[in-house]
Order: sequence, then structure tokens, then C-alpha cells
Amino acid sequence: MNEVRALIVDDSSVMRKIVERALRQALPDLLVVYEAGSGIEGLEVLRARQVNLILSDINMPAMDGLEFLRQIRAQNLALGVPVLMITTESSEEHVKQAILAGAQGYIRKPFTAEQVKERVLPLVDAG
Amino acid sequence: MLLSGVRTGAIAHLRVSDTKEMECPMALSLRESMHMVSDPRNLDASVKEVFLMMLGADCRREPLPAETEPESVTAVVGFGGLLSGACVFRTGGSAAMKIAARMTGMEFTEIDDTVKDGIGEICNMLAGAWKGEVPDLAAHCGLSVPAVITGRDYRIHVQAPEFQLHHTYRFEDSSFEVTIVCDGIQ
Repeated sequence: MNEVRALIVDDSSVMRKIVERALRQALPDLLVVYEAGSGIEGLEVLRARQVNLILSDINMPAMDGLEFLRQIRAQNLALGVPVLMITTESSEEHVKQAILAGAQGYIRKPFTAEQVKERVLPLVDAG
Repeated sequence: MLLSGVRTGAIAHLRVSDTKEMECPMALSLRESMHMVSDPRNLDASVKEVFLMMLGADCRREPLPAETEPESVTAVVGFGGLLSGACVFRTGGSAAMKIAARMTGMEFTEIDDTVKDGIGEICNMLAGAWKGEVPDLAAHCGLSVPAVITGRDYRIHVQAPEFQLHHTYRFEDSSFEVTIVCDGIQ
């Protein structure tokens, strides 16, 4: 497994903390976690830092997670970096939209650390 | 009375994300699923799921109203689309700090922004889990970002809702209230 540099995008600082804790349990090689409170901040981090895993909320003010994903692709940022969406929205339609926007997977809130591990490990191993 | 929103503007305009995606097909109506939408067991199941998964804590429904504390924390998440209304989570200040502590692993001595943020997220997950219990609701009802109110001696009043669920739950030695208010259904 490569050293993991993850970006967590969520407007809730509490959720960012919970996701980071779950990631650290899942990934002993987690090197660094960058945090962003919105899609706009997430794009700024991606312009300045190299990451190899992105986890993003969908429902955020300013720029939501789906638009954040579209902008990553449009601006050729984080090429080939897997993106997992973490959100309360879990209908088939929402999953389809996330996949169409370029997400590799989906974690529904509420979640357990084990569920985060199950979704993240295959993406990190593949990288 | 002190009112302080965690996320600016959220309380004034409960913005429901992806409004375009909430445009509903002509034939689709939730009225036929009203018995499912208003089933109180869905709310109980959602509360249990959120507290178990995010706090590792069991909670049970109580017949009595929640104990009142001088200061309370209320989070509101709006619904929009086929159903309009809100999910309201209300608890006392010390219970709010305990919930935030379980979520973050931190300790709190006051209701700071992190506590408000945590309560907002609990409400957000409850709203999402509750609407996820009914497939048509999950697909055609959006959520606003949470708004959080703290203060003393305030009441939330909704005029003539279509239906309302109001439950009290106990979490360890604290209690909290969850209300689902539906003021419009298509």
C-alpha cells in the first residue's frame, strides 16, 4: 500500500474529524489529511497539494460535492485520484449523479469506521 | 433570548440542495404512501441507527417529554421537493455537550461551535435516515444544510402542519426530542 495523502471535504468540522478518525483506523499508512470546509476550499487544496484519496460530502453551502467533483474534472485536478462521496443522500438517483460526476464510491451517513475501511481499502490498494 | 446560527444564512433561507433534481414527475405522488411517510416507527428506527452508528450508543423512546434545562440546543434541517417541512432535534445544553463528546472524542465545558456543529450533523443524519425509509421520499425530497439555535425560553411553533411526529428519547442519563413536521406533501 502506498502512503496515503487524503483530502476530506465537509462543511462540518465534526464530520471531518469523524471521517479522519475512521481513515486513521483503516489506513496505517495514512500520512497526511488535508481538510476543506467547502468545494471551493477543496479545489484550492488540490491546486496546492498532491493527494491520492478524496472523500467529500455532497450537501454543502457555496459549492456542493457534485459541483466540486465536476470542477475537479473540468480543471484537470487530481487526475486518477479516487473520490468517495460521504452523504446523507442515498437514493439511486443521488448515487447515479455522483458516479456520473466521477465518484468511485459512496458512503451513506450514518456510517461505522468499518464501513469506511471497506470502501476505502480497495481504492487505496488499486492506487 | 439568544439565537445564534452556526451556519450563516441557513436559518433565514433553508436552502434545499439540487432543487432542479427535486422536480417531480407528474404522476408521482407521496399522498398514496402517506401511511408509510407518517409511520412513527420510521423515526424510531432512524434515531436508533444514527445513535448506534455515530455514537455507539443505544437510545430508547420515552413517553415523557424531555427534561428541560435552562439552556437548550435545537437543530433544524428543512425538507423540500415532494415533501416540505423540517426535522427538528432539540436537547438540553449538557446533553448536547455529551453527544458532541461521543462524536468527537473531545470534552466540552460550553456549547461552542463544535457542539453546535455536532448537533447539526446529528439532525442532518436523522433527516436523511428518516426520508431514506421511504424510497420515493429518498429520491424526491432534498435536505437543507442544518441551522442550529441555542438559547433559553424559546419555543418553535409550526402552523397547522399536514402531519407531525414528536418523540422523546433517552440516551444514557439524558433525553432529547425529535420532531418531524410536514407542512406540505404532493
